[in-house]
Amino acid sequence: MTIFFVSAISIATVLLYGCIGEIITEKAGHLNLGIPGIMCMGTAGGCLGVSLYMGALSSPENASLILLFLISLLFSTVFAAALGGIYALLTVTLRCNQNITGLAITIFGGGATNFIMSFVDRTNFDPAGKLISSSLPFADKLGGFGKVVFGHGIYVYLAIAVAVVCSLVLNKTRVGLHLRAVGESPATADAAGINVVLYKYMAIIIGSGIAGIGGFYYIMDYIKGSWENAATIEAFGWLAIALVIFVLWKPNVAILGAFLFGACYIVAFVIPNITSTQREIIKMLPYVITIVVLVITSIRNKRENQPPASLGLNYFREER
Amino acid sequence: MEKETVIELRGITKRFGANIVANKNVSIDVKKGEILSILGENGCGKTTLMNMLAGIYYPDEGTILIRGEEVNIRSPKDAFNYNIGMIHQHFKLIDVFTAAQNIVIGTDDNGKYDIKSAKDRIREMSEKYGFHIDLDKKVYEMSVSEKQTVEIVKALYRGADVLILDEPTAVLTPQEIDRLFDVLRAMRKNGKSVIIITHKLNEVMEISDRVTVLRKGEHIKTVNTSETNEKELADMMVGQKVTLNIDRPMPENPELRLEVEGISLMGSEGHLILDNVSFSAYGGEILGIAGIAGTGQRELLESIAGLHHLQSGSVTYYNPKKDKPITFFHKTFKRVMELAQSGMLRYADGTDFTGKDEKGKPLSKKTICNQVEAGEVFFKEDEVINLREKTPLQIRELGVRFSFVPEDRLGMGLVGDMDITDNMMLRSYRRGKSVFVDRKTPEDLANEIIDSLQVVTPGVHTPVRRLSGGNIQKVLVGREIAAGPRVLMAAYPVRGLDINSSYTIYNLLTSQKKNGVAVIFVGEDLDVLLSLCDRIMVLAGGKVMGTVDARKAKKEEIGLMMMGTALKDKEKQEGESL
Repeated sequence: MTIFFVSAISIATVLLYGCIGEIITEKAGHLNLGIPGIMCMGTAGGCLGVSLYMGALSSPENASLILLFLISLLFSTVFAAALGGIYALLTVTLRCNQNITGLAITIFGGGATNFIMSFVDRTNFDPAGKLISSSLPFADKLGGFGKVVFGHGIYVYLAIAVAVVCSLVLNKTRVGLHLRAVGESPATADAAGINVVLYKYMAIIIGSGIAGIGGFYYIMDYIKGSWENAATIEAFGWLAIALVIFVLWKPNVAILGAFLFGACYIVAFVIPNITSTQREIIKMLPYVITIVVLVITSIRNKRENQPPASLGLNYFREER
Repeated sequence: MEKETVIELRGITKRFGANIVANKNVSIDVKKGEILSILGENGCGKTTLMNMLAGIYYPDEGTILIRGEEVNIRSPKDAFNYNIGMIHQHFKLIDVFTAAQNIVIGTDDNGKYDIKSAKDRIREMSEKYGFHIDLDKKVYEMSVSEKQTVEIVKALYRGADVLILDEPTAVLTPQEIDRLFDVLRAMRKNGKSVIIITHKLNEVMEISDRVTVLRKGEHIKTVNTSETNEKELADMMVGQKVTLNIDRPMPENPELRLEVEGISLMGSEGHLILDNVSFSAYGGEILGIAGIAGTGQRELLESIAGLHHLQSGSVTYYNPKKDKPITFFHKTFKRVMELAQSGMLRYADGTDFTGKDEKGKPLSKKTICNQVEAGEVFFKEDEVINLREKTPLQIRELGVRFSFVPEDRLGMGLVGDMDITDNMMLRSYRRGKSVFVDRKTPEDLANEIIDSLQVVTPGVHTPVRRLSGGNIQKVLVGREIAAGPRVLMAAYPVRGLDINSSYTIYNLLTSQKKNGVAVIFVGEDLDVLLSLCDRIMVLAGGKVMGTVDARKAKKEEIGLMMMGTALKDKEKQEGESL
């Protein structure tokens, strides 16, 4: 049981990073389907950072958790944000179709990640993964409960903090008000003197940076540094986009939603004696739930639960 | 005491493209603590002029002075910095935000986000000017009037001293208008300047201190409201009658073709767009429909064409079929049987055709088809077809030959990205029995239209979007006329066209009239209506104000009716004054 919760929280963390990143982007009116690719890119960046740091040490045992955390965080966010920046350039400045640009970014991000990972030195990934996923020291003493609540690596707590901060910023600050205004009606925001282009760029780049951490967390913390290819992370990226709809664009709800999605994902592996067919059916649950949520919100038609009004539409001031 | 001048416009000219001049050398001034009305017909450049103050457009020529200083207003933000706020006809509000959030957005109260103190300030302001506003209400839950209030408060919250309102009363109820006027008077008392763009004469007289009249982009005159009257203003608005050289033959034996009786149409916001409209259109004449833009002309034509669900009333089409053989050209077998059962058909010898033989036994489908195709079955009377609650396709299947030239050429009339041939096919794609469409006939038609109407195009395969406005209109009108209509409805067919193209269209309409078609022409230029049409029906606020003989009517008379003075009332007024 403990194993189930711990694993569910781990998967939830991957999804939460992707989901928060996508929420910020969508609140600015941009549907970024490039999130799966951007999460891959964050993985590549983070792994590169880890590899460089570990390689510079005389022995893996000398690694410091703080330095490893900061370096990997910096590398994964910068790589992901850079790819997000390309998406922003294409959709905000050049006003390309958001869906097509997003899909292109996803395909590119997956390929680029496989390429980068092919030459990254992965010899010290095992000790680095163990270090990064090391739990708080007192977790083991508190039994099962302690393991579930405190038995995670630092990235899990960062994800929750990011979600809470994001929720506060969106709902309680002027910046959040302006960002939502940009996503609802850029023309109104523009007329009110808000710098629409700046807000869109910042939202997309910051959102992409956050999403990128998710992919890195999965590789380094959850599977402790083993690497096959980018496909798994891409799958989590799509799930994260579904999660955005499931939680109705609310970052605080996303914490619970991510856990639910994570549980659905992991339950298929912990139930003993089921066939692979049954397992695949259970793994489909999050998507089914998302469709049900879409149907329900669309029937109830409450305006607060609708996507940002100009989601997916590029803004051009001179178009009147 | 002379009041201080806040804004001065000097020699403002604004052009759109090479041919259209929206404003020509306009000079006006706005004083502190006054309400100035800008009055004019549609398209006279009222809104364009004000948009230049609000930073939406930039003037091509002329200067703007604010408190004596020359300024450049390049964006809405600049306008705010000069304390000018404009409330557009289409509100710029965010639906899912509350009133308070909408008001504070974009402002910067020393960097702090303190909605509580902002609310206090808004409340203070509301008391001063007499607003009724619920600050925590979401915009999507608000009525139009509440939204307008939010827009006004938003402008004042940013410290606007000059408030421009574009047609503020168009969507308000009389009570809401009274409340708005109270607010505007309170603002005047507090030294703010208010500019109202309007075409309602009674409101001008009620609220404003001075009136500026624009006509066709030019400044006609600015007068003090106390020194003028509605009639003088109406005369200034419409100007002298200009006779256009349009050939107008007298209608020859007009026949009743279309009868509209008491139709009402409800708009999405719960007000009546059409209110008990009745009229008749006759074959061989042109019926003009005059009125301020958005008073229901478009919806009236669309209702007849079967695009709206009507609240009440009837639309009846009289198909001139008396003593003519029935054909399958426009009729389905099912329709023939319906006509037979309602006793509309006869054989050549005068006996009834009911689809049965002498013994009352139903005839086989084949026999009936043979009889119809041999021309043995005739209509007894003109066919009367009720069109209410019919879709455009059903109307066509009933054999009603309508042609509709909608206002929105590339939206409703043609598909911009398709070429001329494909656009011709939009009317003929259902013909023929093969699974493949017939492309030859439409292409011939396209070539014929290009030749006969002198459409300037590289070829039949050019997307119509790339043609000029006049040529697009020629393609559309050409297609609709080629369908051989009995009723031709055209909404603003010459809008945006140059003189030559306009005359081509006028001549096409007149030639259709000579062929016995009932032409319904919605126009905005009174001179054109008076020179082209036989009768003119005037709409105001969705109601019919009256129908006049276009050969005898005076321009001022129509002008007053367009402003909402019904024909009879007006005659009574004149009778009293004499």
